[in-house]
Amino acid sequence: MCTYSKEHVEFLKNIRKKKIIVTISRLAIIILFLICWELLAKYKIINTFLFSSPSNVFKTFLKLVKDGSLFKHIGITFYEVFISFSIATIGGVIIATIFWSNEMLSKILDPYITILNSLPKVALGPLIIIWVGASINSIIFMALLISLFITIINIYNAFISVDKDYLILFKVFGANKRQIFMKVILPSNYTSIIAALKINVSMSLIGVIMGELLVSKSGLGYLIMYGSQVFNINLVITSVVILGIISYLMYFIIDKIEQKI
Amino acid sequence: MENKLLEVSNLQKIYHDKSGEVVALSDISFDVKEHEFVSIIGPSGCGKSTILSILAGLEKASGGDFNFNKNTTIGYMLQKDSLLPFRNILDNCLIGLEINGTLNEENKKYVIKLLETYGLKEFIYKYPANLSGGMRQRVALIRTLAVKPDILLLDEAMSALDYQSRLAISDDIYSIIKNEGKTAIMVTHDIAEAISMSDRIIVLSKRPAIVKKIYNINFKEKSTPINNRKAKEFADYYDKIWRDLDVHI
Repeated sequence: MCTYSKEHVEFLKNIRKKKIIVTISRLAIIILFLICWELLAKYKIINTFLFSSPSNVFKTFLKLVKDGSLFKHIGITFYEVFISFSIATIGGVIIATIFWSNEMLSKILDPYITILNSLPKVALGPLIIIWVGASINSIIFMALLISLFITIINIYNAFISVDKDYLILFKVFGANKRQIFMKVILPSNYTSIIAALKINVSMSLIGVIMGELLVSKSGLGYLIMYGSQVFNINLVITSVVILGIISYLMYFIIDKIEQKI
Repeated sequence: MENKLLEVSNLQKIYHDKSGEVVALSDISFDVKEHEFVSIIGPSGCGKSTILSILAGLEKASGGDFNFNKNTTIGYMLQKDSLLPFRNILDNCLIGLEINGTLNEENKKYVIKLLETYGLKEFIYKYPANLSGGMRQRVALIRTLAVKPDILLLDEAMSALDYQSRLAISDDIYSIIKNEGKTAIMVTHDIAEAISMSDRIIVLSKRPAIVKKIYNINFKEKSTPINNRKAKEFADYYDKIWRDLDVHI
């Protein structure tokens, strides 16, 4: 069947070996960390009231699962991320397209977009609450502010960096702007759009959690805020851990989509 | 006497920037007959490519005029092949037809036939990344021919290739253009390339450019570009044009 040379078999073996080492080392780091943490807590070297412990986190996690509140909070955070992510992505692409098709407009608005992008949006939090109301809307609005401008900037820059020779070619063939956009600009930029989506997912998540910390009655950000207010560090750390896992999962999904395209 | 396809009279091009005006083309007049292969050669930066981009309608002339003597479709070929990496070879060649809305079965068959005739049969459904530079340039030519242009404007079309591919592709492009009965204007900085391919060579002066001289290229036995390079007259033409260009570094 397979008749690889000895060297090639050796080569494949080496690759596999390296992969195994990487995986084992990764697992070892987290396990070692958890064991140290647990032991430090057990022998009262750290105060579990302030620093919690893996077993306490796990107990809290089970409790949240049992009373069903965990999935409710995760669901709400997910929902908010999904909505703001979708609006930012679609809106970002549309606005970038408008800028691309109207050079004058993009030049005029350029400093405003830059200011809005670099402004720390959390500073607008109180205003957003006053204007939009203490509801899910202001959370989505906050997340949108954070992710929209960076999306516009990234995608617009990708659009205008398409090789000018393509544009000359299309003009000689008599193409109009719409044809140039649909046949060159958009298809040349699928990878940059996916890259923008990756950034967007994390930005939306940051925005949503920030919004939940400021104003909300549910969601993982709320759990963290509530936990800190009642000094339930177990709850805070459990929520943070879940948040970490969720953000990794979302990144992972987009990464898989990217590989498929 | 063959028909004139194009007349260019007193063409002028002035570029403006913040520091002032630059006269690129001062006074350019020439004509091109049907089925003729004309080369434009000149010192680098003299504005030879500008002539083509004015003829292609990409830039406006500052003065003078040019006239195509019938409703002429233009094909334009650049140094870079500009094949879209996400389209296969056939789809790349169909792009002009898609744009001008004349993509139908008949035209598609015509393009496939061109690809087959000119040695790209097995690559029709391959992607540009699978092709060598010379082959990609051949695809670019067929993409240009797909819209059935009456005149081809070749702007340093072979300059990006290595020397050997360039010789080979010159032969290819020359024979394709002659077989298909096309008229061509080629801009090049390569004197040998111009002599080996052209019926006529227009030599421009340095900026602001005027037409310095026009050579009719006659070989006793006119052959393919590569063989023309071996002809006795070749060195003579080369010497004369080299002196016209008056190169100083």
